[in-house]
Amino acid sequence: MIMTVIKVVLYILLAPILGGLMEGVDRVVSARMQRRQGPPLFQPFYDVYKLLAKQTTVVNSIQVLFVIAYTIFTIFTGALFFGGGDMLLVFFALSMSEVMMVLAAYSTNGPYSALGANRELLQMMCYEPMILLVAIGFYEANGSFMVNDLIHAANPAIIKIPGMLIGFLFILTIKFRKSPFDMSTSHHAHQEMVKGLTSDISGTNLAFYEIAEWYDEVLMMGIVAMFFIYNNPISIVWAVIACIIFYLMETLIDNIFPRVKYMAMLVSSWVVILVTAGTNLLILSVIK
Amino acid sequence: MTISILKAVSFLILFPFVIAVLMFCIKNSSLLRNFVAIVGGFSVMATAIMVGIRVLSMKGTTRNTYLTATAPHDHIIMGGELLLMAIVVFLSIKYKKYYAILLSMVGTIPVLAMDLSGYAVEGAPHLRVDFLSAVMILIVGIVGILICIYAVGYMKDYHNHHTEVEDRSNYFLALLFVFVGAMFGLIVSDNLGWIYFFWEITSVCSFLLIGYTRTEEAVNNSFRALWMNLLGGCGFGAALLVCNLVLGISNLSQLTALVPRQNMFVMVPVTLIAFAALTKSAQFPFSRWLLGAMVAPTPSSALLHSATMVKIGVYMLIRLSPMLNGTFTGVMITVIGGFTFFAASLLAITVSDGKKVLAYSTISNLGLITACAGTGTTEGVWAATMLILFHAVSKSLLFQTVGDIENCMHSRDIEDMHGLIIKLPKLAFIMIIGICGMFMAPFGMLVSKWAALKSFVDSNSVWLVLFLVFGSGSTLFYWAKWLGKICTVIHQSYELEDITPKSEMISLVPLTMMIIIMCFAFPKMSDIMVQPVLNEAFHKNIPNVIGGSDVIIMMIMVAMIFAIPIGSRILAIGKKSKMTMSYVAGVNAGDDRNYIDSFGKARPLYMSNWYMTEYFGEDKLLVPSIVISAIIVIVMLIIVCGGAF
Repeated sequence: MIMTVIKVVLYILLAPILGGLMEGVDRVVSARMQRRQGPPLFQPFYDVYKLLAKQTTVVNSIQVLFVIAYTIFTIFTGALFFGGGDMLLVFFALSMSEVMMVLAAYSTNGPYSALGANRELLQMMCYEPMILLVAIGFYEANGSFMVNDLIHAANPAIIKIPGMLIGFLFILTIKFRKSPFDMSTSHHAHQEMVKGLTSDISGTNLAFYEIAEWYDEVLMMGIVAMFFIYNNPISIVWAVIACIIFYLMETLIDNIFPRVKYMAMLVSSWVVILVTAGTNLLILSVIK
Repeated sequence: MTISILKAVSFLILFPFVIAVLMFCIKNSSLLRNFVAIVGGFSVMATAIMVGIRVLSMKGTTRNTYLTATAPHDHIIMGGELLLMAIVVFLSIKYKKYYAILLSMVGTIPVLAMDLSGYAVEGAPHLRVDFLSAVMILIVGIVGILICIYAVGYMKDYHNHHTEVEDRSNYFLALLFVFVGAMFGLIVSDNLGWIYFFWEITSVCSFLLIGYTRTEEAVNNSFRALWMNLLGGCGFGAALLVCNLVLGISNLSQLTALVPRQNMFVMVPVTLIAFAALTKSAQFPFSRWLLGAMVAPTPSSALLHSATMVKIGVYMLIRLSPMLNGTFTGVMITVIGGFTFFAASLLAITVSDGKKVLAYSTISNLGLITACAGTGTTEGVWAATMLILFHAVSKSLLFQTVGDIENCMHSRDIEDMHGLIIKLPKLAFIMIIGICGMFMAPFGMLVSKWAALKSFVDSNSVWLVLFLVFGSGSTLFYWAKWLGKICTVIHQSYELEDITPKSEMISLVPLTMMIIIMCFAFPKMSDIMVQPVLNEAFHKNIPNVIGGSDVIIMMIMVAMIFAIPIGSRILAIGKKSKMTMSYVAGVNAGDDRNYIDSFGKARPLYMSNWYMTEYFGEDKLLVPSIVISAIIVIVMLIIVCGGAF
């Protein structure tokens, strides 16, 4: 019990630092790929610090409510995961927090926000099946939905569910809103829909959104790590290395692919999920 | 003790018919009519709750079986069947839809002939009030009756707006009560002949309700509902004949007590009843009748979709579920259910008519329940029963709210609900809770879905898992975009006049409360209501599907959902912030509803939701879905029935 509390507190304190650093690395590496100098590593923190100091303008007061709900539920979701909770519950809480963000965009009645909201919902529709399948995959591989049991499994999950990992990495691009799937909002400058989802969010609220994104990134990388961790402590090292490789891979993909149309995203993600995760599940059920 | 349950059950079946007669006699909407509906309705509800509590508080297995010798009752039922057939024949001739006569006769005459010639097996109890019946009695008694009470106020407003429709509201309300009475009859009957009779009453009643407005569309849709349900009825009638003449049994409980592997012939009536259940529960390929049913006034949709009609099908499947485990029929039923869940959720994305979205969502959820029941595992039945409970409450609430919104705004299109939270805050709030109840995390539907997922994984049904996860994705899409439309805040828009009468609030408020309470109470519901059903059906205990720490976490989530809006109000978060227009790239025309175009003129600005009709539209998906599922159904019938001979 005390261990759980410590883990949760550590997550709540450290995740934004780690998430912010990850974003900083992403920016620096992107810049180097484009042969630019790029911002300093701590730029995301400077950005958020500045946002917090700015005057907040809002379109309506409900918007604030939804952004706060989004932040709180995202932190809650991560706490659930790092506290060792039920994977399915983690993912249901995750989609609830995402819906809150979409509602924040909807509530503004702005054209760019509304477009971003619809696109964000479509992105959720793309990755939702995979996220649920990951939980099922862990259950099939190691016989539990509880994160606490899974990290003490006899073998790393990757042996039994490599297909799930591939599928999950694919939807991770959608989840992180990296190009080619940066539909709803993007950190690239070439935007026909301004900032999409967050067009009408400013100041403190935008800072909250950014911080929630950091928590979310750490959670997602935590799930990637789960594929490698088992009862051998050395596996944590492998997991960290894997996370770094896959995170940098996302940055690379972000920089080399142009954005696709939304139907291409839906079709490709569902096909990839079916082929990788679906086949993996089918094989597991046959050999069981 | 036993006699009082019998008396109460007879009251439940017969008293709604008495109210129906009274309703029919009160021609105009008046205080008297409200009075009769509320007093009569609540007395039925109180009785239903009493029966439910009394049965559910029993320990072990129930042995509430009644009425072994029933010659006089049987004569009444035979007369009733003839009457139903006469109604169908008369209306079919009137509207020149002769195929319905044929189906009605094929379904009724052989069964009548068997009863008259004395081949029907007698000697078993005709009524049985077990745990599953008790759960269903609670659903019909509470949700069904609330809809009837709602209908009284609704019909008055309806005829104020729809002056072109002849006011036959007395007839409409009478039918609703007949429907409720027949539902009670169906869920407490054990004799297949009796079940068949009540089954046919609900078919004909829904036909009459759908055709209420007598427009051409209504008549066509009502006949579509009729032929599909009569076809299912024929299947049920055939199962009845096979049971009586070949197997020598007259009761459903006797049928489910047979072990299929000893005699594969048993699967013939089981498959036929399952087929009938598919038609009633509007699974693909029989979904179109339920979509057509929305031409009728909203209370009938609410009743058909939530507490009654469609629940009969899944109720029968849950009854048969122990028989379906590991059989070919079971596999086919699960495939049809899973497929329906997925296809209907895609179709729901493409429609903007609020009632139609609800209709597709009903079909989709029933598909999930069908799939759960079809697996025939304990966990599957647990999930199915829970889904029935939550779906009944949420869906009836949503239909009623859409009906009220339509009465206030003269539209039920989701696009017109843009900014509902400002226009009709009270109804919008109720609707948000209803929608959240259908798909959001700590609410009941999702919890049951979670259990369904676990049960599919445990029973190794990979295809079903895939249908479920992909269907969940599209379900999320269509509910969340609706929620978004409601939550949009438009500047300078004003509250509309909320003309929802108090009598409707009598129904809306308890249902809303129930959704919230059921979030907290669901572990208790599982113990008290669902666990006994499983014990009785499978004769074994199952561990709590969702246990211990998860429940606490979900409680925290529920608490957070309610704490955030309240907390932000108290702390006045966002109140101090500077207000601005939404961003329109700097060309706002003074508000967020117009922008200045390149000619310097103000133009209205409006963002529609995505419907993606060019990809998943009804014209693209509906026919293939029906064809695929029809092939599955035909294959199932041919292999099982052909294989038996």
